[in-house]
Amino acid sequence: MRLRVGPALGWGAAAGVPLAFLGVFFAWPVAALVGRGLFPDGALTLEGFASVLASPRTGRVVTTTLAQAVAGTLASLALGLPAAWVLYRTRFPGRGIARAVVTIPFVLPSVVVGVAFKSLVISTGPLGFLGLDGSFAIVVAALAFFNTAVVVRTVGGLWAGLDGRPAEVAAVLGATPRRVFATVTLPALAPAIASSAALVFLFCASAYGVVMVLGGPAYGTIETEIWFLTNQLLDLTAAAALSVIQLVVVTISLVISERLQSRLTQAQRLRTGESGIPRWRWRRDGWATLVTGLVVVLVALPLGNLVVRSLRTASGWGPDHYVALVAGPSGPLSIPVGDAIGNSLRTAVLATVLALVLGVLVSLVVSRRPRSRVGRRALSVLDQVFMLPLGVSAVTVGFGFLITLNRPPLDLRSSMALVPIAQAIVALPLVLRVLLPVLRAIDPRLREAAAVLGAGPGRVLASVDLAMASRGLGLATGFAFATSLGEFGATSFLARPDAPTLPVVVFRLMGRPGWENQGTGMAAAVLLAVMTATVMALAERMRPMEATTW
Amino acid sequence: MVTGLTVRDAVVRYTTTEGDTRRPPNRRPILSWVPPPRPKPGATRTITAVDGVSLDVGPGEIVALLGASGSGKSSLLRAIAGLEPLASGSVAWDGADLARVAVHKRNFGLMFQEPALFPNLDVGANVAYGLHALPRARRSSVAAEFLELVGLPGFARRRVTELSGGQAQRVALARSLAPRPRLMLLDEPLSALDRALRERLVEVLGEVLRATGTPAVHVTHDQDEAFALADRVAVLADGALLQVGTPAELWRQPASAAVARFLGYGTFLTDADAATLGVGRLAASGLVGLGPASLVLDAGGVRLPVRAENVRRGYVSIKVELPSGQVAEVRAPEATGLDAVGVRLDPDAVAVVRDADPTAR
Repeated sequence: MRLRVGPALGWGAAAGVPLAFLGVFFAWPVAALVGRGLFPDGALTLEGFASVLASPRTGRVVTTTLAQAVAGTLASLALGLPAAWVLYRTRFPGRGIARAVVTIPFVLPSVVVGVAFKSLVISTGPLGFLGLDGSFAIVVAALAFFNTAVVVRTVGGLWAGLDGRPAEVAAVLGATPRRVFATVTLPALAPAIASSAALVFLFCASAYGVVMVLGGPAYGTIETEIWFLTNQLLDLTAAAALSVIQLVVVTISLVISERLQSRLTQAQRLRTGESGIPRWRWRRDGWATLVTGLVVVLVALPLGNLVVRSLRTASGWGPDHYVALVAGPSGPLSIPVGDAIGNSLRTAVLATVLALVLGVLVSLVVSRRPRSRVGRRALSVLDQVFMLPLGVSAVTVGFGFLITLNRPPLDLRSSMALVPIAQAIVALPLVLRVLLPVLRAIDPRLREAAAVLGAGPGRVLASVDLAMASRGLGLATGFAFATSLGEFGATSFLARPDAPTLPVVVFRLMGRPGWENQGTGMAAAVLLAVMTATVMALAERMRPMEATTW
Repeated sequence: MVTGLTVRDAVVRYTTTEGDTRRPPNRRPILSWVPPPRPKPGATRTITAVDGVSLDVGPGEIVALLGASGSGKSSLLRAIAGLEPLASGSVAWDGADLARVAVHKRNFGLMFQEPALFPNLDVGANVAYGLHALPRARRSSVAAEFLELVGLPGFARRRVTELSGGQAQRVALARSLAPRPRLMLLDEPLSALDRALRERLVEVLGEVLRATGTPAVHVTHDQDEAFALADRVAVLADGALLQVGTPAELWRQPASAAVARFLGYGTFLTDADAATLGVGRLAASGLVGLGPASLVLDAGGVRLPVRAENVRRGYVSIKVELPSGQVAEVRAPEATGLDAVGVRLDPDAVAVVRDADPTAR
């Protein structure tokens, strides 16, 4: 058979460009970071590690991180599983609204969530009397606020589509509802529960924005400690060592989740449609509904309070803080918030374009189905490689940029491109998660039909692959844009002091004393929340059927 | 000068991985950087789907590839289209080898079991997809012409999601015919449809193919469909060609018991068995295959015990026990209610299998 060189070269280039990008802007910084921890003076020494590990502060930070992650995961599961049942396995009027409310937190930037909870528990807040400001409990509550949505959507999505017949068979055979749940339903849901738990643990363990805003000095996590060490103490070696520890924690939790999942996954038939879903009944669903109500309160209370507080001025009520956003608050501590909005939008546009170009290239390459086993194997590896940034914390990316891209051969420190590039790296896995399922779901016969009808490889690509991928582009654009708008982890390291983005400004304002600053910070947080929520709402309208639940 | 399609000693092989527990990519967990488990070494094996088949299709001729599922008929069709590589052998058109001709340069038409319409294009654009060689202005009028040919005039602006299964398959037919392919490849295009629709569309398909003079290779597992449409029928089993012939030849003289059985001959009699039915010696050698019309009720015939009587659409199926102990079917206009009936063998309605395979009983 004739060896066809042209197409192979084309696909090689399509894979090579994103690989090179990922190599320079992800692998290199992360590797440099690890190197900084292991070889602080050019020679391999574990001294830096040892001193970091030996310090009681590190022990406390690691313990806090793990404890917060475990508590946040358990709370999210405890709230999310009953809510998944009520919202996806019963029918009642207003279910659509309830589902939407529960999923709101998922699209909110972490800084906004942090500010919302802070507005609740600060001494002047409605729950101020509880003295929860800066406590372990409030951080866990905020983590649960975020991640309950992950559990509800992952488990609920599977639960709604579960074939009801095995459960019916079990019931006919004499099993009590409790036994049916334990022996039929729970095993069927186990993969979804395990995967959502692993995901939530990962999100909690690498939570940054929430902890930065909410956690008091006593409740620093690995992520915030890295920031503290680099930005306040300028101890890069110790920070690098901590980053390596964080990488290890994340890797272990990913491996465990993968093992758990492949053991639990079983073939199951999914059905579509609402026919088998019973109406809501008090006797059966009552307690689960109470929990769901609690979830709704957990979501509504901080957000509602945030809006209310942003409208309260020193002298009463009014939009003063919002006016100050545009006009800029007076006084020596003023930060030009209006400029920050512009910065955020410009950055988000750049980051989105970058993430989309890379995402389309990668997903086109990875969705090929080569005949050779070597080719299939290579694509499977490639697929995994581009998912890596999802498992590495944004703080690590930001910090890695800081220590690698600040001197020749690549000095981007003063370049405006640094922040969008970091955000594109963070958003790339999400873009791929949307585009890949759409491309993989394309019936290969469509390509064959096009080829038989006389379309060359280029036209097949354009009229089948790209045409179908474009259905996912709306959602992918939304994901990328919203991620970039709300991104705080990497941006907090990289944004120049004179050109902050909106989340950075919110964080700075909240950290300053004074009623005016806090009010303006809250108004900015509301604005940020509205911007991301709007982007996500628009994007969700364009969600293609094949895309995964989140 | 050879005209039309020539397939010589075609071999198609697949490599499959047994025990491949990898989940399809879109069901993999969202977060995963542990690669899926590697298949065990030695678990791959090669399957020969098509094993040395030779076949000719002349101008305007419709040839059916008939076989059970897994017989290799679809693989052969895909190899002709160029969608599967040939391990050996050749596919040629008008004497010119097609091995180096890419799929999109072969100018063949192809229809699948599912319509495989482009969901992002409307009906008219789907039909016009293969017409890129025509000037833009002509495309929609040609598309409209072919939509009319398949009985869907005025459907050009419809979305493909609004079509019923039968309509979608007609659009697919119009789409593959519009570029005037020199050969039409039909991969069980009707088997996903219900029976009544299938019977109607077989007629449409035959009319349209003959009206356009397009030769065709029609893959099917349905004997009636093959006989209704094809000029010649090729029977495949386990990747090998068992027999090629006109429907009449095939029906009267199946080359082997396997062919006869696949065509619908349920019972096979040896010479001696046939003699005991009182019809004398039929053939010098070989087996006699009994088809649905081979036995007829005759009061003067051999009396055989009745095992069962079942009412079918248009006839009553009477199961009788032959002297050899085999059970055969006699078709009668109405139920007899008797314990035994007189039966005669119709020598014009049996198949004589020359290749007397003793295992056929």
